[in-house]
Amino acid sequence: MKKKKVYIILFFILIFAFLAGNLSSPKYFNQGADFVNAKLSLQIPHFWEVPFKLGLDLQGGVHLVYQADLSNIDKESHHSAMQGLKDVIERRVNFFGVEEPVIQVQGSGDSYRLIIELAGIKDPAQAVKMIGETPFLEFREQKEPDETQKILDKQKEVEGKSFEEMQEIENWQLAFEDPYFKSTILTGQYLDGAKLNFSQTTSEPLISLQFNKEGSKIFEELTANNVGKILAIYIDNVPISTPVVQDKISGGKAQITGSFTGEEAKELVRNLNAGALPVPVELISQQSVGATLGEHSLNTSLMAGMFGFLAIILFLIIFYRLPGILASIALLIYLAFVLSLVKLIPITLTLAGVGGIILSIGMAVDANVLIFSRMREELRKRESFAIALKEGFKRSWPSIRDGNITTLVVALILFLFGTSFIKGFALTLMIGISFSMLSAILITRSFLIIFVGTRFENWKWLWR
Amino acid sequence: MISFTRYRKIYFIFSATLILASIASFVVFGFNLGIDFTGGSILEITYQGDRPSNQEILDNLKEIELGTVTVQPTDNNGIILKFKDVDEEIHQQILENLQKQDATGIEEKRFESIGPTIGKELKDKTKIVAILVLLSIVLYIAFAFRKVQRPLRSWQYGIVSILALFHDILIPLGIFSVLGKIYDIEITIPVITAFLAILGYSVNNTVVVFDRIRENLLTGGGAFEDVIDKSLNQTLARQINTSLTTLFVVSAIFILGGETLKYFALALSLGIIAGTYSSFFLAGSILLTWFNRKDRQRKK
Repeated sequence: MKKKKVYIILFFILIFAFLAGNLSSPKYFNQGADFVNAKLSLQIPHFWEVPFKLGLDLQGGVHLVYQADLSNIDKESHHSAMQGLKDVIERRVNFFGVEEPVIQVQGSGDSYRLIIELAGIKDPAQAVKMIGETPFLEFREQKEPDETQKILDKQKEVEGKSFEEMQEIENWQLAFEDPYFKSTILTGQYLDGAKLNFSQTTSEPLISLQFNKEGSKIFEELTANNVGKILAIYIDNVPISTPVVQDKISGGKAQITGSFTGEEAKELVRNLNAGALPVPVELISQQSVGATLGEHSLNTSLMAGMFGFLAIILFLIIFYRLPGILASIALLIYLAFVLSLVKLIPITLTLAGVGGIILSIGMAVDANVLIFSRMREELRKRESFAIALKEGFKRSWPSIRDGNITTLVVALILFLFGTSFIKGFALTLMIGISFSMLSAILITRSFLIIFVGTRFENWKWLWR
Repeated sequence: MISFTRYRKIYFIFSATLILASIASFVVFGFNLGIDFTGGSILEITYQGDRPSNQEILDNLKEIELGTVTVQPTDNNGIILKFKDVDEEIHQQILENLQKQDATGIEEKRFESIGPTIGKELKDKTKIVAILVLLSIVLYIAFAFRKVQRPLRSWQYGIVSILALFHDILIPLGIFSVLGKIYDIEITIPVITAFLAILGYSVNNTVVVFDRIRENLLTGGGAFEDVIDKSLNQTLARQINTSLTTLFVVSAIFILGGETLKYFALALSLGIIAGTYSSFFLAGSILLTWFNRKDRQRKK
């Protein structure tokens, strides 16, 4: 490689290293910027802050696996029943204010499972309790207008008041009632099912409901009393549809028409069926980690990583002197790149992932060690520095390649077929290993080439 | 130059003894599998005030049907309880009982309850992963050494690296089996992950040696025995240094890393030590023994 080219490469490496370093830990840049801004009254902006996405075990949270009992449901409707169940649980989970809850349907054939991950949740027990309930579907009718007005007035009255102040107002509980609708006795247990159809005249989607015998009677009564009014459908106290009754309906068959898209209609049908067909779920696995333990794990593993890293740098410098220092700098850049990548993709960082990153630091040294050992051998043969450098890289490459590929292959298999802990470990290990190869052959090498032809190369004690 | 292969009989006997002892340990002690694989519950709490005695805690929970309960004190004024898998209702009942016992309050740090079906699935899945890993390693090595056909065939290098691999995995497993019996250390998912990572790491070490042998065979040659010894000496520094740097980070995790990663790190370090040993003393020696046997047959 020509030296000029190397300087260009180095220039880019340093720019990227600066960016990656600040991205993985923007604290120092921001402090510096604040300091300079205060002194010189400048407006240097803060660095782009991207937080790490922490997994359950590092920020606390709960991982739940539910087995769904689909024995009462036709095989064809298994999939849609699970989707309905998922929607309902999603709605329930949203109550907890968890950022990015994970809800997955897993399984095939006769065995379906629902996997729920709520990171950072405060009260896992409450979540377990609410999720486990069978979805509750009910029909509600409109309240009298004066009743509605009363509640709305009361709501205005209590607005902006603290809980204590609120309690002094007469009938304050009224403000928390639903102003528009009241419950009826018609619930999901009277609904046989819902189906998606298309209107024959306008070919718009419409939803047909089928009530059972008892339900049909109740429904007939309700519709008779509410012609021209809204009969709202609620699941878990959240309105999902507010159709207007056109006429009294007898016979237990009803249609909901409206200007919904096919997708909306499909979701509505799913929701109706989930409320109508109780899919009993059984909790078969629960893992919850308290927030304090999560934080503790995070701190201890970071500490472990830091000490391990320091030990490596010390060892490299003592054993390999100048190349050791260069390799240490390359290793730092490597770490900044890996952490930036974890932030940007983003990869949810779990304990296993942290373990993978720390292990990959140890392994990242390997490529450097292979190259330096080879260089030393060549230098001992009294080869010139430039040739030793070239041969060192050339001859150590097959070992670096083969060794890393076997580890990569293993990590890939672990990632594809493993369970969640194994996956987290394998993913960061793969990223770590790939970058470690790159850092050795690109960064360390560029650093070394700078010294070719300088007086440093004659100081043998630096290299051997 | 150190002659690594000269005393190969001693190494074979040494390793064979360890492997047999490990297998004996599997048979006698078995494996102390964690609840990830067997199903069951684990509950960790810390006390704000003084921790009640183990017996007090057990008595307190007697009225709840939990199967066999074990209580294990932790360093920070807490306990780890282990019992059969339970539902949320019983979980709450346990917490309530414990709360009543201690006026100053308790904090739940961790709760896991895993049903037996999940445990069985994990076991099956782990087996499949292990088999896939082994297969891919043999294939890769046979491929990487396809140009080396003399004095041994490329697949023979693959077989030897697998033999070294078994050595590197069986001995740490044996140690874990003994630790499980004596210190109640469990084989959990993180430990299994470490063992799977050892599979990759061990091969890495062996491959570096074989690569050097391949290079020396292609460029110079000479007696196979000398080539092996020369290659082992040339890779000596790298093997030791890489193992050391990896051991640095792994022991840092072991000492500082907290409960979950602790035994993950222990399994890794055992594997790294076994892997470094086998790449020096076993891989080359087995190659040579195989070659000599072939050589003798040819001469007959």
